[in-house]
Amino acid sequence: MNSPTPAANITQLTDAEQALLHPKSRSMTQDALLRLSRNRAAVLGGIVVIINILMALLAPTLAPRKFDQVSFTNTNSAPEWVTKVFPGMKPRDAGGYVKVNNDYLLGADKLGRDLFSRILYGSRISISVAIVGPVISILIGFLVGLVAGYKGGWVDNILMRLVDIMYAFPTMLLIILFMAFFRAGVGGDNPGPLVAFLTKLDANMGGLLFIFVGIGLTAWMGAARLVRGQVLVARELEYVNAARMIGAKPGRIILRHILPNVIGPLIITETMAIPSYISYEAFLSFIGLGVNPPTPSWGGMIAEGALLIQNYPNQAIFPALALFLLIFSFNFLGDGLRDALDPTLRGSE
Amino acid sequence: MGKFILRRVMWMFLVLFVVSLVTFLLMHAVPGGPFTAEKRLPAATLKQLEAKYNLDAPLHIQYLTYVRDIMVPTITSGKKSSALDHKYLINIPLNDAQNRVIRWMDFGPSFRNINRTVSDIFRDNLPVSMRLGAAALVVTLTIGLPLGVISGLKRNTPIDYAAMAVAVMGVSVPVIIMGPVLQYALGVQAKILPVSGWGDFKHLILPAFALGIADSALVARLTRASLLEVLSKDYIRTARAKGLAERVVVLRHALRNSLIPIITVIGPMIAYILTGTFVVETIFGIPGMGRFFVTSVSGRDYPVIMGTVLLFAIFLVLANTLVDIVYIWLDPRITYE
Repeated sequence: MNSPTPAANITQLTDAEQALLHPKSRSMTQDALLRLSRNRAAVLGGIVVIINILMALLAPTLAPRKFDQVSFTNTNSAPEWVTKVFPGMKPRDAGGYVKVNNDYLLGADKLGRDLFSRILYGSRISISVAIVGPVISILIGFLVGLVAGYKGGWVDNILMRLVDIMYAFPTMLLIILFMAFFRAGVGGDNPGPLVAFLTKLDANMGGLLFIFVGIGLTAWMGAARLVRGQVLVARELEYVNAARMIGAKPGRIILRHILPNVIGPLIITETMAIPSYISYEAFLSFIGLGVNPPTPSWGGMIAEGALLIQNYPNQAIFPALALFLLIFSFNFLGDGLRDALDPTLRGSE
Repeated sequence: MGKFILRRVMWMFLVLFVVSLVTFLLMHAVPGGPFTAEKRLPAATLKQLEAKYNLDAPLHIQYLTYVRDIMVPTITSGKKSSALDHKYLINIPLNDAQNRVIRWMDFGPSFRNINRTVSDIFRDNLPVSMRLGAAALVVTLTIGLPLGVISGLKRNTPIDYAAMAVAVMGVSVPVIIMGPVLQYALGVQAKILPVSGWGDFKHLILPAFALGIADSALVARLTRASLLEVLSKDYIRTARAKGLAERVVVLRHALRNSLIPIITVIGPMIAYILTGTFVVETIFGIPGMGRFFVTSVSGRDYPVIMGTVLLFAIFLVLANTLVDIVYIWLDPRITYE
């Protein structure tokens, strides 16, 4: 709007009319972000996700107690408001059985550990799975898809049959199998240096490492197929041919010409896959193959709480609520991203 | 068609081969073998145990033996043997002079349950899980199909929006959340249904819903999309143009064709239900395969883990193959090349 304004009333036009008069060029990213910001559900989902990330980062400062701080005088205690929300939980003063202790925001579990703190710390597990799951899946999938699509021929054939078999393999069963294997103590009494290092690293991460590996090993096939397809298309594009003709090295062609074509669809599919990664982890922790106790995971907390659901429903319902909110938000965000990045919608307002 | 079925069945066996191989190798790579988990056994005892369970043979022999014991039926004759009855999952007596019995599927012994074989565990617990799974499937279809059809027919009306909103919610709620929430809401709070237990029909309802609801949302969305697609087809317009009643158009022409694609989700649905039983059975205290599997995982009972994974994989791959074949049989437009 730097143009000289002969008619002052032009500036009095509404923003929308201004935009029509002076269409600004927007990059694809700007375009996508704009569309995303107009999608209310996606924005809401994004906010919840950001809150969860903050929870995960700031858990040590936000949490009133350590996640494993046991208090045997406060086992299964609950604050007053919780006893009102769950009508079955009658306080002891009113002739019930619940120890009322308002120090615990959401109550305490059967070892007297603070539920609120544990949910805060538990978000670390879910959020790291939500971040690392897609990263691993993209890394492996990208590599396999790239090699298959770029090399073609028998390499392509073998890799794609492998993908087919992995697809036919029941994912959850495979993860369970891997986890049972990892949890059995890989390497035995005299593990090699690498295995010993990995086992120690896993123990230090509360068991997260092997969850990452388990999810990563079973979740790359979609990405591989996608990348391969895109590479096959991009390979035949004229500008890629032109780049090859002027002597661009394969690495440069891949990074500069093929990668940008692939990245959009990859981001969409992986964001949409995040809820399933989160539920994989929750499921594994639920059946006891996930993170090592006492590290809190929402899935593990639900498992523990479900045993006491008749008397202390808060112990299962609150972590379930946290899990539900996060999964739901990622679903919204994924849908929003898909709509925002879908090139067929681009330019149409 | 015959060629397609043959190829599909061969593919099925290839997948099962890989599944069994991966399962076997992973479970055998577990350090120290199954007998060193807690207490150290004397070397001689260990050797004997390993010989007894055929663990001292070379790995490929062990694998082949394991697969043979499961796959190849045998005929035994002679005295009645309860040990053999326990060993094999399927025993069919021929009731003849030599007392011959056809026996099939020996999944080996359980390391943790001294007196039970894996086949015993399957025999006792699998029917329970099957009932639960079947009930969940019924819930999925009886909720999903009508919901999808209604919102497809009442497209872009409040009914449609409401149904689809529910469906989106349903899809994003995993069993692990649905279980405790239903248990609390209907079992603890409303006291309509028992919180846990097994035996009567009323015990079946909550777990079946916990397991079936998420997939019913999926079915509803798919049904709606498929119905909408069919309704826009030329032959539907033709049917309307020749003056057929709307009821006939919908029931006879649209619905029948639109339900065919639903078959394709049955495969993933069974997978979801199978793994879902692990959670639901634990939550609701149902003595099925799932709960047993979870305890055998924590108890490191490898033959049980291996057998369960294999059995479930066989179910799944079989179901997927059947679905593929039925699909092209139902819909002649699909080419199978």
